[in-house]
Amino acid sequence: MSAMLALKEWLKTIEIKKKWYNFSRSPLSLIGLAISLSTIIMAVFAPWIAPYPQHAGFFTDFAHAKQPPSWQHWFGTDEFGRDVLSRTIFGFRYSLMMAAVVLSLVVPTGVILGLIAGYYRERWIGKVIMRIADIFIAVPPLVLALSVCSLLTPSAFHAMMAVSLMWWPWYTRLLYNITSSVKEEYFVYAAKVTGASSFHIMFKEIFPNAMGAVLTKVTLDVGWVILLGASLSFVGLGAQPPTPDLGTMVADGAKFLPDYWWISMFPALAISYVILGFNLLGDGIKDAFEG
Amino acid sequence: MRAIWKYIWKRVLYVIPTLVGLSILIFILSRVLPGDPALMAAGPNAPKWVVEQIRHQLRLDKPLWEQYYYWLVDLFHGDLGYSTYTKRSVTADVIEYLPASLQLIFMAALFEIGGALALGIIAGRYAYRLPDNIVRVIAYIGISVPSFVWGLLFQLVFASLIPLFPTHGMYSYGTVPPPRVTGFSLIDALIAGQFDTFVDILWHMVLPAFALSLGAMAQDARIIRAGMVENTEKEHVSLVRAYGIPERVIFSKYILKPSLVPAVTVMGMDIASLLGNAFMVELIFQWPGFSRYGINVMLNKDINGIVAVVLVIGILFAIANIIVDVVVAYLDPRIGRRSQ
Repeated sequence: MSAMLALKEWLKTIEIKKKWYNFSRSPLSLIGLAISLSTIIMAVFAPWIAPYPQHAGFFTDFAHAKQPPSWQHWFGTDEFGRDVLSRTIFGFRYSLMMAAVVLSLVVPTGVILGLIAGYYRERWIGKVIMRIADIFIAVPPLVLALSVCSLLTPSAFHAMMAVSLMWWPWYTRLLYNITSSVKEEYFVYAAKVTGASSFHIMFKEIFPNAMGAVLTKVTLDVGWVILLGASLSFVGLGAQPPTPDLGTMVADGAKFLPDYWWISMFPALAISYVILGFNLLGDGIKDAFEG
Repeated sequence: MRAIWKYIWKRVLYVIPTLVGLSILIFILSRVLPGDPALMAAGPNAPKWVVEQIRHQLRLDKPLWEQYYYWLVDLFHGDLGYSTYTKRSVTADVIEYLPASLQLIFMAALFEIGGALALGIIAGRYAYRLPDNIVRVIAYIGISVPSFVWGLLFQLVFASLIPLFPTHGMYSYGTVPPPRVTGFSLIDALIAGQFDTFVDILWHMVLPAFALSLGAMAQDARIIRAGMVENTEKEHVSLVRAYGIPERVIFSKYILKPSLVPAVTVMGMDIASLLGNAFMVELIFQWPGFSRYGINVMLNKDINGIVAVVLVIGILFAIANIIVDVVVAYLDPRIGRRSQ
């Protein structure tokens, strides 16, 4: 709730028009915005946009299996005769859902822990939080996520949980760094002197200063989380067939390389397309806030 | 020189509790999460007493703290536990598979550093001109395309369509692997004097190493470029130029060297991506390394194997980060002095 209020106040103070002007000056940022929006639209309206929506799940049509790209099937068909384009469009759904679920779990957790750790930096609570965060960062996120997925039964849901478990420390670190420096500013002392509660200082005085950095990181992380999710399912420890997950589709199609390249290459390009979009968008937002 | 050792020692002391914490974390996760590793190892049709025997062998019938205690005791004896996947000690697996991965990652790191320097310098030199824009596009593509996509793409284009490189494995068909001395097949081949084998192994490493390095290379190139643009505009650069110091010296000493500090700093993260992405790349190119072993133990729910994989990678990552910090301290003496 207080986060929503902070968001409202923050939107008032950041001069959104100026930010948009900065943002829209860079063609790369606009391309990023267009790509990101296009993937979101495809994900949301997949059943209406996909030419063969029934091909998303269990469906077999062996008479039309492994057909090369044509006017009927722009991206060809896979080993079960399913339309690769339709499955790719549905694949955006799973990728973006993964990013949405993971980030909505991770951002609040990481932000709150980081605020507390930074605010109580000298006390044991701050130190304990940061040491625990260090443990989770001590190994590349993919490796720990892979292990957790393998210990659970591999599925799309468990992949989301595993990635979430690995991702919060990055936000904790970000907020810890910002909080430790901002808390020495005069307006924080002023709030303290007037008797504001620690809760008020953390969320209303310090947090608004971190909003830009958090927003940038969230946008860039959409790409990273999608990459991680795709990697998990590529290895076989994420979403399982027949889920139209992009990573799973690449892994399944890779068995038919090089002759039936379209089965794996188009989903692979689709993954790159989403990640590229959110990377460009994130960089654009970062520049808009700094410029 | 002594200051550097003190600095390294301090970093090691800091990282040890983190690694102990990591071992506790992954140990607990491997024992607490649902799913029965003993049943998985025995197979679905195994009689009950076989499952119980494996459970006893893995000490899963003991309380959690006791399991960790004995695991730790074994660790100090150099034993990482019994692998239900390879049916032998995990330590033997680590010794067998780790060198191949390190070899690959080392080559990828060389590609990464070389490529990032070349691209970054070109972009920084010709900032805001055509080469800069080309490098920017390359960098965005490099960052956005996952390493496993590069791997498949390279395999498709440079191994299948244009057979320049082998599609998978470490040796060509018919090549006799060199006798195992160090475990690093490149070094072993040299020791045995098999120069053809050495070249053959290198040839097999090019595509996977390149696929592995591209993402980090793109990221670093951008950072070097940004640093060079920033440093070119610094006042002291104009000053030394006014003194008449040769342009070559200005470039290497006053523009390039300080630009490398942020690039080396993020190399810690790059190493994380190399270690992580090796899992997919080794799978694609069937590289007989530690990461592929990792995937296999994970798919077989081999808990001792999983714990070992996470820990070994954690240790490698920690060592790499300490090396990165030392290099940064060397490039930017202010940092080394500050920490004293």
